Amino acid sequence: MHLVIIGNGITGVSAALTARRLDPAARITLVSAESAHHYSRTALMYIYMGHMRYQDTKPYGDWFWAENRLELVHAEATGLDPAARQVQLSTGSRLPYERLLLATGSVTRFFGWPGQELRGVQGLYGLPDLEKMTRDTQGIARAVVVGGGLIGIELAEMLHARGIHVTLLVRESRYWELVLPPEEAALVERQIALHHLDLRLETEMRAVLGDADGRVRAVVTTAGEELPCQWVGIATGVAPNLALATSGGIETDRGILVDEHLQTSVPDVYAAGDCAQHRAPAAGQVPLEQLWYTGRLQGETVAHTICGQPTPYRRGQWFNSAKFFNLEYHTYGRVPAAPEAGTRTFCWQHPGGGQLLRINFEADEGHAVTGMNALGLRQRHAVWEQWLRAATPVTEVLARLGEANFDPEFFRRHEPAMRAAFARQFPDLPLATTSAGRRAVWSV
Amino acid sequence: MSVTASPSLALAQPAGPAPVPLEKAALTAVALGLLALLAAAFDADPARARLSMYAALALVSGGTLAWSWQVFGRGPAGVRQHGLWQRASTARGAIAWVTGLVLTGFYVVLYWFPGLLENLIRTLDPFSQALRHKAADQWFLYGTFYTLAVLLMGGRALWKYRHSPYQRIRTASVMFFQLGFAFLLPGLLLAFQQPEYYFSYFWPLKYDYLFPGTVSSLVQNGGLGVFMVFWGGLMSLVATPVLTYFFGKRWYCSWVCGCGGLAETAGDPYRHLSDKSRLAWKWEVRIIYTVLVVIVLLTVLLWVGASGAVPALEATTQPLSKAYGFAIGAVFSGVIGVGFYPLMGSRVWCRFGCPMAAYLGLLQKHFSRFRITTNGAQCISCGNCSNVCEMGIDVKQYAQRGEPIIRASCVGCGMCSTACPRGVLNLENGPREGRYQGSQLIHADSLRILS
Repeated sequence: MHLVIIGNGITGVSAALTARRLDPAARITLVSAESAHHYSRTALMYIYMGHMRYQDTKPYGDWFWAENRLELVHAEATGLDPAARQVQLSTGSRLPYERLLLATGSVTRFFGWPGQELRGVQGLYGLPDLEKMTRDTQGIARAVVVGGGLIGIELAEMLHARGIHVTLLVRESRYWELVLPPEEAALVERQIALHHLDLRLETEMRAVLGDADGRVRAVVTTAGEELPCQWVGIATGVAPNLALATSGGIETDRGILVDEHLQTSVPDVYAAGDCAQHRAPAAGQVPLEQLWYTGRLQGETVAHTICGQPTPYRRGQWFNSAKFFNLEYHTYGRVPAAPEAGTRTFCWQHPGGGQLLRINFEADEGHAVTGMNALGLRQRHAVWEQWLRAATPVTEVLARLGEANFDPEFFRRHEPAMRAAFARQFPDLPLATTSAGRRAVWSV
Repeated sequence: MSVTASPSLALAQPAGPAPVPLEKAALTAVALGLLALLAAAFDADPARARLSMYAALALVSGGTLAWSWQVFGRGPAGVRQHGLWQRASTARGAIAWVTGLVLTGFYVVLYWFPGLLENLIRTLDPFSQALRHKAADQWFLYGTFYTLAVLLMGGRALWKYRHSPYQRIRTASVMFFQLGFAFLLPGLLLAFQQPEYYFSYFWPLKYDYLFPGTVSSLVQNGGLGVFMVFWGGLMSLVATPVLTYFFGKRWYCSWVCGCGGLAETAGDPYRHLSDKSRLAWKWEVRIIYTVLVVIVLLTVLLWVGASGAVPALEATTQPLSKAYGFAIGAVFSGVIGVGFYPLMGSRVWCRFGCPMAAYLGLLQKHFSRFRITTNGAQCISCGNCSNVCEMGIDVKQYAQRGEPIIRASCVGCGMCSTACPRGVLNLENGPREGRYQGSQLIHADSLRILS
């Protein structure tokens, strides 16, 4: 079998590695226009801030690919001919395939703002974006970032690290309002304030103004204010990259439409990761998933199907993580921005403003935990996964909370304070008297 | 667009905000201090040289602390690595090469041309008399500089990593052991007419502590000397395996040892420079275990020779131990070990040469409860953990596969855990059963990644 994978991001590479394991004889080719080797997209910000170099963000050494017989093609796939089972490459040659995986990722979404084509207006998705940003933010004093999500705050942190003044325009009334409950959003906003960024809530960009050379000189907000700036970061989301799929006549909607085996409308052509859209998402899942973790999982899943072990995509217990400046964020299970019907929510915060723990649980008898948010605390993934899967009662989780503590040694243990807060917030749910929980530091 | 050969993303950039006036003033003070040091070195007039020396110490100390506070001590606490790979001083640029040359040169002079340091040594006579009741020598000068470097750059580390209690306590520990056990206590012992003994260094790092010559001279010294021999033997042969079983090699390498102390403080700006490649790992294994074997054999041979069982053996063992002292004790641990900080990272000696690290590493790998745990499937392969690993371990290879990190070389500095932006890594001492157990939440590929 010859498997051709378009895209060497986490989805494409996860599929390649899994396929190599399942089918040692397969010929596997990875095609990428962006980079010769797989690198970690999530590390782009660290290159810009000087924490690492590009080569430090490659998850595998360059020798790895040849040793595992994974062929790399550094070229753009410009066309797809499903009838002939061939991919047209920008080098002029045509690459034949027996199975094809489209893992083409996303492109930055622009919303047709006047002036969005000016030099210095861009998103941050891949290496070309990073090069552009590096060039266009050289020596500038002020920047505007549009969008109140994960990429927005990353862009802000990057610019801030270079001493560039940042104004953040956020449409909603609080940061990442579609995802974060108010208490969590407030802690993120506190980080933004601590770093002296100018956060404008309920404010959108109306237009970008340019100078005579076609460069950004200011942004006009929906409040009518003109903000002078030399660079504008677009962080209002990404859209699936459909160019290749469309050229091959593959059925698309917002993304490349796939069934539960991640198969597209064309036989032997699959799609996974950012670019895929599930025709019928499983209960509690969304049609488009644009995360590192889901990309990895979809890549692994689709490789099974491609290698003759048909496996439906099941995301399992939801989890995600991020870091807002110095504030680490973990979430396990379901924690929507506003509580779901039939659930109750417990929220503990350290008075210092550095830590938060939220646990959602069912209001009904049993009080099974349904989700957890942690800010400034490290929580064990495996323990929470097990608690959520087993529908563990919230009182038991509180009693055993120390088992999930993943903070480094000598960090202050907050479990007693959390239990006290729970007892205050939910006097109707008495906690069992607890054992010590997590074993003592340096215990033997 | 090709990004494979894209150095444009790295060095060409300014490292960030321009230094504020106080930063510039602090750096100027350090530079003036170094000039004053040079003046003291070339001044034959003892009184004037002493004055220059005091000025130098005050300026360098004050400047270093003021700069560290300015850069790391203020503002929100958190991981601050900005510009690490963009500054000439920390990215193997011109400043790094000059620093490396100066450090290497200092060690060459110290070991083989101490006469050149005579003026500097004499400036420390009053201090040496007060502490040790004897005149200063080149090793006292070296010890003073070394301790000062650990304390001043320890202050910098305390500010830089103030958000992490683990890093704060660990930094305080290496500062304490360097100042107390490796500087003041040996000096006080001399003042009380006792053998100069370092209670924080053990065989095989301090290789001669279990040599027959050292042992017999200590024993001849009576009560305290006998205790020193007992202490040395106990620490090397009993306490080391026991402590390493419970805590991993970190109890020594990144909490107590003076070499580790310097690496964790003065060497902190260079930790990312350690080579993470597979080739470097291969050389590490070849060299470090060879050194361990050599020093163990040498020690055994010396004892056999001293016992008189094999006549004329001493004629060969004496030159051998001299050669070891020159090649390993001086050239490797000093000239290369510290001189190459700005080019090869802060743990060149600890990683490639130290026989104690090799011994502790074998224990850590095979007889210890220590491991670095990875948190489920949270890793995003960003590479921050590998980047900050001073021992050159490619930590992310394990983290992205959900496997615990159990490596002989890991000194347990905890920096991978500190730098991880997703809370994936944690240093833990747990039961030995299931120590290698990976996460069930990540589908580890079975491809060969590490040889």
